[in-house]
Amino acid sequence: SNDAENTAAHHRNTLQFNTYSHRKQLFSVCVTLSEATEEVSLDSPERQPILSDGPSPVITPVTPVMISSRADVFDRSPDQDEDEEENRDTFDIQISVSDPEKVGDGMNAYMVYKVLTKTSLSIFSRDEVCVKRRFSDFLGLHSKLASKYMHMGYIVPPAPEKSIVGMTKVKVGKEDLSSVEFVEKRRSALERYLLRTVKHPALLKDPDVLQFLESSELPRAVSTQALSGAGILRMVNKAADAVNKMTIKMNESDAWFEEKQQQFENLDVQLRKLHASVESLVCHRKELSVNTASFAKSAAMLGNSEDHTALSRALSQLAEVEEKIDQLHQDQACADFYLISELLGDYVRLITAVKGVFDQRMKTWAKCQDAQVMLQRKREAEAKLQHANKPDKLQQAKDEIREWEGKVQQGERDFEQISKNIRREVGRFEKDRVKDFRVVIIKYLESLVHTQQQMIKYWEAFLPEAKAIA
Amino acid sequence: MQEGLDDGPDFLSEEDRGPRAVNVDLQTDATLQVDISDALSERDKVKFTVHTKSTLPNFKQNEFSVVRQHEEFIWLHDSFVENEEYAGYIIPPAPPKPDFDASREKLQKLGEGEGSMTKEEFTKMKQELEAEYLAIFKKTVAMHEVFLCRVAAHPVLRKDLNFHVFLEYNQDLSVRGKNKKEKLEDFFKNVVKSADGVLVAGVKDVDDFFEHEKTFLLEYHNRVKDASAKSDRMISKNAFCVWPSVNGVKSLTCFLFCSLINRFFLKVSELFEKTRKIEARVAADEDLKLADLLKYYLRESQAAKDLLYRRGRALADYENANKALDKARAKNKDVLQAETTQQVCCQKFEKISESAKQELIDFKTRRVAAFRKNLVELAELELKHAKGNLQLLQSCLGVLKGDT
Repeated sequence: SNDAENTAAHHRNTLQFNTYSHRKQLFSVCVTLSEATEEVSLDSPERQPILSDGPSPVITPVTPVMISSRADVFDRSPDQDEDEEENRDTFDIQISVSDPEKVGDGMNAYMVYKVLTKTSLSIFSRDEVCVKRRFSDFLGLHSKLASKYMHMGYIVPPAPEKSIVGMTKVKVGKEDLSSVEFVEKRRSALERYLLRTVKHPALLKDPDVLQFLESSELPRAVSTQALSGAGILRMVNKAADAVNKMTIKMNESDAWFEEKQQQFENLDVQLRKLHASVESLVCHRKELSVNTASFAKSAAMLGNSEDHTALSRALSQLAEVEEKIDQLHQDQACADFYLISELLGDYVRLITAVKGVFDQRMKTWAKCQDAQVMLQRKREAEAKLQHANKPDKLQQAKDEIREWEGKVQQGERDFEQISKNIRREVGRFEKDRVKDFRVVIIKYLESLVHTQQQMIKYWEAFLPEAKAIA
Repeated sequence: MQEGLDDGPDFLSEEDRGPRAVNVDLQTDATLQVDISDALSERDKVKFTVHTKSTLPNFKQNEFSVVRQHEEFIWLHDSFVENEEYAGYIIPPAPPKPDFDASREKLQKLGEGEGSMTKEEFTKMKQELEAEYLAIFKKTVAMHEVFLCRVAAHPVLRKDLNFHVFLEYNQDLSVRGKNKKEKLEDFFKNVVKSADGVLVAGVKDVDDFFEHEKTFLLEYHNRVKDASAKSDRMISKNAFCVWPSVNGVKSLTCFLFCSLINRFFLKVSELFEKTRKIEARVAADEDLKLADLLKYYLRESQAAKDLLYRRGRALADYENANKALDKARAKNKDVLQAETTQQVCCQKFEKISESAKQELIDFKTRRVAAFRKNLVELAELELKHAKGNLQLLQSCLGVLKGDT
């Protein structure tokens, strides 16, 4: 019935959480991300000539940015809401990552995933596109997006983490459960990554994203070691640290930013704690499953040696019940993991991206300050030259002043723009976050309900057997 | 649905008054009723108040109480084991030593970590640990009580003088624990016994009943041991499989409080608190009905094995005495002495055999009844808790889904 619900809601984005179960798929979870989109056409990102690897496609025209006073730079203006309503109907895209295939042998082997995009949006050339991508392709996409957009204050969804250990097992060809689980975990993470990326109105239109989703051949992303998601963020954070260590302390005149930064700091801490707890819960439940299976065997043996017939039969039944419960535990562990733990992990990384964006703003401010300092110096130099009789130098000085005045203006505009972008991004992020968790928690509770219903079934079947012991 | 959620396992609940049938099924006998009416846990010992009601003429009063400690129970048990007269009976297994170390350690750690957590967290954890302590305490009381009741229910053992002293003498019995030398002696005795036991077990018994019992008990005992260990592991692991504790719940709440809709997540965190309590009850009940049952029958089956061993020993002695008699007759030397020895051995063996047969039959009856009772109760409790959980989850889901 859940599937019926979701197919009916064709205006929604769907994210498939397919929990790994090597027996059968018990859970097919649809996570609905935010239904509403932000304005798609207003405030297109100001494009600075930024370099992305590979063939650079069409650059969209730069729309002039409106410098508005602080008061207007709040999240929702009536115009924006209206546009949102319009765009809701046109935002329709489904992405799935599936069919992992191993290519090659030994240490050069890699996994290739099928990326299927179904959409009615006009920016795509077809309704349905299917391409093959490998992990480094995803990392490459993220590095391009991060380098293009992070400095403007956009929260670019982080790519999944690299894992040397996990991949080595797969490369070496171990067909055991843990490498199968690893591939499934990664597949699921890649899918969530792409969905989050296209959910972002600006990123959806980005040519690199479109190329990634549509083009059958993609130039190999180079130096992804350096530019993995975590790597990018580390670079960003290092820059931020450098900024903080500078003697220039940003005067935060905007209380909103101060408050939000503190909030995200707290969230980061809490989220990591919770994530760690849930990860350990998953471990415990898996161990419980093992212990239950072991007990079931032991109870069966005990039943065999019991010489009272009815009791012997009851003990064997008990063993069967415990075996079924073991399976329940395994399935529940999967749900714990794929529903909650992975989502929490995603948000830990997302919060890091958010914090990175705040740091970018600080960096922008610092740059602005630097420009002002330079301008001041140039003015002082010019003033001095006024009294010296060096017309060439004077002209040069005047030129330089004009240059730096321009830079200061640009710096201020940049700062305004990034502040505005961040406000909007954070608003969108917080809305999405609530919806994300809400939907996942409901799914999780439903999984818990299912488990209890099964438990009741098993014990109800056992009770008459126990009573039959005479 | 949630009544009694905060209590520990109801070991001493109303339904268990009267014939104390916690793990075993016993015959009531109005002429002698024993129970542990109170218990006090001090620093490193537990003091049990043993309460007796009796119409037997042996006692000075009809109703009286004394205070006993664990060592005195062990003394009583050992006195039965060492008494040759009781060789033909299954001696009720001694209660295990009260062990609060783990629980105490946890409480101590909590005390040390008090500074690092909020008052609310501290109170919650303290409550949980205290409930755990209380559960262990109730269990050890029940174990000691079961031992006494088994003795009181046994037609022969209940008349034992030491038992009466134990029940009535209101001074300290001055029973010291075994010293090193005695413990070493015990150790060697057990080694000899096991070696002997193997030899005795190897001899095929003429009597089909005992032959069957021997084979059965050997295998059964091992399997119960295995099942007991595995059930312990499973149940203790179950205790960890709860949604993250106070800290974790608070984190989730904090995280999501910062967002726009608090009500939703507040309900969720309330839900997890409640289901956590239910999970704790499930673990406690499983422990009680399953793990303790298996542990008890591990000890009882050992006691039954010991009985068989003693009988086997008596049989071996009897057979040796026969051989000695034949030899004596052949040599015509010390015949009378040999005849006497042979007769004594014969009587001893037959006495043991007769009572052993009945004991083993009773053992089976008790065992089947105890398993039935506990398995039924286990299933009923699992159902009760699963239904409780389900109701909580469903009602919460109903509210949350409607709360768009």
